[in-house]
Amino acid sequence: MNRIDQKFQELRRRKEPAFIPFITAGDPDLETTRGLVLELERRGADIIELGIPFSDPIADGPIIQASYYRALSKGLKVSQVFECVRGLRKETDIPIVAMVSYSLVFKGTPENFVARAKEAGLDGATIPDLPIEESDAVHLAAKEKDFKIVCFVAPTTTPERMSRIAKGTQGFLYYIAVVGITGVREALPPDMRENIQKLKGMTDKPIALGFGVSTPEQARAVGQVADGVIVGSAIVKELERYVDRPATERIAAVGELASRLVAGAKGRL
Amino acid sequence: MKVTAKPSTSQILPDERGRFGKFGGRYVPETLMPALDQLEHEYLKAKEDKDFKKELNYYLREYVGRPSPLYFAERLTRELGGAKIYLKREDLNHTGAHKINNTMGQVLLARRMGKKRIIAETGAGQHGVATATAAAMFGLECEVYMGEEDMHRQSLNVFRMKLLGTKVIPVKTGSRTLKDATNEALRDWMASVKYTHYIIGSVVGPHPYPMMVRDFQCIIGEETREQILEKEGRLPDYLLACVGGGSNSIGLFHPFIDDTTVKMIGVEAGGIGLGVGEHAATLSYGKVGILHGSLSYVLQDEDGQTSPVHSMSAGLDYPGVGPEHSYLKETGRAQYVSVTDQEALEAFQRCARSEGIIPALEAAHALYYTTKFAPTLGKEKLVVVCLSGTGDKDAFQVADKLGVKI
Ligand SMILES: Cc1ncc(COP(=O)(O)O)c(C=O)c1O
Repeated sequence: MNRIDQKFQELRRRKEPAFIPFITAGDPDLETTRGLVLELERRGADIIELGIPFSDPIADGPIIQASYYRALSKGLKVSQVFECVRGLRKETDIPIVAMVSYSLVFKGTPENFVARAKEAGLDGATIPDLPIEESDAVHLAAKEKDFKIVCFVAPTTTPERMSRIAKGTQGFLYYIAVVGITGVREALPPDMRENIQKLKGMTDKPIALGFGVSTPEQARAVGQVADGVIVGSAIVKELERYVDRPATERIAAVGELASRLVAGAKGRL
Repeated sequence: MKVTAKPSTSQILPDERGRFGKFGGRYVPETLMPALDQLEHEYLKAKEDKDFKKELNYYLREYVGRPSPLYFAERLTRELGGAKIYLKREDLNHTGAHKINNTMGQVLLARRMGKKRIIAETGAGQHGVATATAAAMFGLECEVYMGEEDMHRQSLNVFRMKLLGTKVIPVKTGSRTLKDATNEALRDWMASVKYTHYIIGSVVGPHPYPMMVRDFQCIIGEETREQILEKEGRLPDYLLACVGGGSNSIGLFHPFIDDTTVKMIGVEAGGIGLGVGEHAATLSYGKVGILHGSLSYVLQDEDGQTSPVHSMSAGLDYPGVGPEHSYLKETGRAQYVSVTDQEALEAFQRCARSEGIIPALEAAHALYYTTKFAPTLGKEKLVVVCLSGTGDKDAFQVADKLGVKI
């Protein structure tokens, strides 16, 4: 069974939402990435979302874009990201989902990308610039390899699209909490609860919520309604604060934040 | 086959998924999909609406100053000693370029959709100025994203936009040029889509933009067709235009697509060389990939990361190109060549001296190719070049290149 499915089964038994931190591969180097994945797991993360840097991200806010830039300015290659995951698989079985632009997936053909990703030890991918209409090729390739393509629903998504996306998604469904890009926000939107309830009526697949979750209190609020809490920019921002410090300090700082967020998400504040 | 002043277009492209063959489509975040659906729906409705057409034509005539002349460049023709050269004078439009054909159409559409705020990206600043102008005329709030590098190269246009009441937002990410401004505008739109219309400046981006911008720019080719029939009694043999995103060229080409005797040549920016980062000749040297929401030729590395590009001309300094051009290239209907910075600079000066017309640096690329190409043709051949804009905006930059202090 795919590690993502296994993890959600386990969490369902424990009646716990998943805590899913996002980090950018290669920010500021792959050694940090490796250390972070292990640290985040130790701190209670259930699934890792691993951003593969892209030169022209449009779904991501300035914090994540800057992290992509830090990684790419050192000449990071997609093959090195795969290499890093391959190395991690000797040390951990935590599910890892790539976040990757379709520009990169398409380049070497979707079939090839999925095969390489799976072989490296990735369990799935979210492709934020690939709407359901254009996703047949990658879904087909993914199904064959039991690689999960996680699809997005936004607050702007119409009901017809919602049910189509809910059917198509694999592993879990990614609910974008706010209209806009990733980033740190003060308040969570009021229609969050309602939209998640609507989605739960359409699918049995787990629903994880991301975009804009940054504090333990917000994580708790999300954990009460969704099956997964995704935190991206807040974590990347914490890393950015320590980017000039030694790797061990960076990793420890992000780990501290992760512990607080895990406590929030799991209702143990 | 009888030639008519009204173009016939047998192929109805793009298809309902926004595809020109395999090119085009929609590769954007889910958040934008409903907005694109709405835009497509509203646009197709407007397109069939006689009142919309009437209103647009009114403003194009009374405000933009259309039709623009198709001018016989007699001296240039004589000097070159080959084909007869006609210049389609888009530089004479209000704001000095073809860009306003599109922005007038889209601002009218935004009004129909009840959107009160307009955003745009701009490279040379011509599209930004054209957007700011249309927004000012209709009293809409307007913000334009522009790369810092371009703001520096085109400071005159930055000031013009400000005069027109537009807020120019400097983009400091990536290469700080057009592609980064496009990223920022798309991001803005993701967060503001409910009350904001995003006016893309060329035939790029997700469906329906390549189709819609093309339709608004087709006025160039439609007029050319009527004008050349009136002057010469027949269709031209060659159409030439510069290709950045590809809007002035597709606007000229498209109404002649079914006339197989009319050959089409798109001229890209060859910059300073053939190395990565030295040019912006996407169709000439790029590969099929995805950028800014559509599948098309693009300049990118083996991973799919966008490559750095260079052109002296800010309006051509873009690593992508409209999907319909990729289709025309692949089907062989159009041909694409490139011209260097230095060559464009030469044509810029030549056109000024021979015809008393200072062309935009973008258009100077097409003019340079014409000066090499026309002499290889017989005197009976007819060539139409799209003079996409005026070079007034480029005066400072060209002076600098020529070592003149002004
Ligand atoms: C005068 C002029 N010509 C050409 C272009 C290139 O754009 P396109 O290829 O869309 O016509 C620009 C873009 O800014 C321009 O300002």
